[in-house]
Amino acid sequence: MKYMLLMQFSQAGADFPSITDWTPEEIRAHIGFMRETNAKLAAAGELVDAQGLAMPDTARIVRSGPAGEPLVTEGPFAETKEFLAGWWIVDVESAERAVAIAAGCSAAPGPGGAPLNMPIEVREVMSAPPTEEA
Amino acid sequence: MSPTAHDGLLRTLAPQVVGLLTRRWGDFDAAEDAVQEALIAAFAQWPEQGVPDNPRGWLIQVASRRMTEQVRGEQARRRREDRVAREDDRRTAPPADAEDPAARDDTLTLLFLCCHPALTRASAVALTLRSVGGLTTGEIARAFLVPETTMGQRISRAKQRITSSGLPFALPEPGERAARLTEVLDVLYLVFNEGYATGAGTELQRVELAREAIRLARELHRLLPEDSEVAGLLALMLLTDARSAARTGPDGELVPLAEQDRGRWDAARIAEGIALVTAALPRGPVGPYQVQAAIAAVHDEAPSAEETDWPQILALYGVLGRLSAGPLVALNRAVALAMVHGPDAGLAALDALAGDPRLAGGHRLAAVRAHLLERAGQCEAAAVQYRTAAARTASLPERHYLALRAARLTGGG
Repeated sequence: MKYMLLMQFSQAGADFPSITDWTPEEIRAHIGFMRETNAKLAAAGELVDAQGLAMPDTARIVRSGPAGEPLVTEGPFAETKEFLAGWWIVDVESAERAVAIAAGCSAAPGPGGAPLNMPIEVREVMSAPPTEEA
Repeated sequence: MSPTAHDGLLRTLAPQVVGLLTRRWGDFDAAEDAVQEALIAAFAQWPEQGVPDNPRGWLIQVASRRMTEQVRGEQARRRREDRVAREDDRRTAPPADAEDPAARDDTLTLLFLCCHPALTRASAVALTLRSVGGLTTGEIARAFLVPETTMGQRISRAKQRITSSGLPFALPEPGERAARLTEVLDVLYLVFNEGYATGAGTELQRVELAREAIRLARELHRLLPEDSEVAGLLALMLLTDARSAARTGPDGELVPLAEQDRGRWDAARIAEGIALVTAALPRGPVGPYQVQAAIAAVHDEAPSAEETDWPQILALYGVLGRLSAGPLVALNRAVALAMVHGPDAGLAALDALAGDPRLAGGHRLAAVRAHLLERAGQCEAAAVQYRTAAARTASLPERHYLALRAARLTGGG
């Protein structure tokens, strides 16, 4: 079964400074941890996809107008307190395994090498309809 | 894209066979599909059964059989089937070592067709890699991180566009040849950059794209040895690729040119690139790829960033700006200006670019400004610009790099 692990970055809930205020060593350790996590998931045959998203400053909100034309609201959304920073899609044997992976990702190191304990939302990816026998 | 002993041979033969079958059957779309199937069969069979005595003939035979099967399946194409049956005797393949004078032109014609301006750049890239590069749809899909069905659709729509546009399978007319060749070079450079510019996580697959672009540029240079811009593009790729090992640090972070360990640069690639561009430049006409290669050569020849011949680089950016003006050239020129005349001169040049709508909202102007401010000793202002650039870039490795630069100035590292 597949799960999507959503890294929901929350400025309100974060008790650590923005990454640009960390020391270079702390940033390097964080990047190294993420790379290693992805490499391990790939080696275990569990990684489907992992992507980071550009910052919300560059985001745009689009709605369909009366004639179906795009109505675009430009950023930056400086007031944004929570945003999606990136995701993993993993293909695992059980829900427990997805939770364990999410906990691992959440422990990515931050300032002083301490785990950030970022909230990771775990959502099952919907699958094909059940078989007749099921 | 796992390289095997047969890869090089198959990929050199692929465009020749597509070209031959297209000329013979007058159907590029079907010929290209048939050769793709023949290649997949060869990738599967040759490692176990050995390379056939006549590999080119083998590919032609297998692909022709596929085409015949395809034609048989289509009632509407009955008449073509009859014609094919009559031409059976002509489909006996020549021996592998027999020089086919048409093979050279076929590869070239195919390259012009796949890089046709009627196609979007993304389609041209995909079609070139498959038809000329001999890569499978699956390999191309993996290299661009899209599902195989998506890549298959992109290629098939590109071929339909070629068919519906009625583009002939022929070399361009002499009058439009230079412009069409520029399209080909731009597509190959796009493939190279796709492989070179991306980093973390996917680099293993992406490096293969850079290698494939170099292989295709080498092939094009072999076909058109007298063309200075083809030589210039190949030189530019080699001189850039020579630095790739030094371009990332132990944690996968980007290392800027000025801080790279030059001992890890590939001396053989540098020598080859310099020889190519040195021979091409006096021959002329001078084009943007030769000038960019010359700039890369000046960097690669320097023992350190400080000992780089910056006045020469500045002069070359002046030439490049006249050949192909654009905001990115102007940004690079501002950096060279700063290295020759000091950071304030560079920053003044950046101010002149601030109104350029092509740079507005992007990260590049802020990133260059940050570098120049740092050189000028204005650490706080530099950190602000690094953060602005980090928030705007869509490249994860670049964001990490910019965040690191900001941190270095403020985080006490």
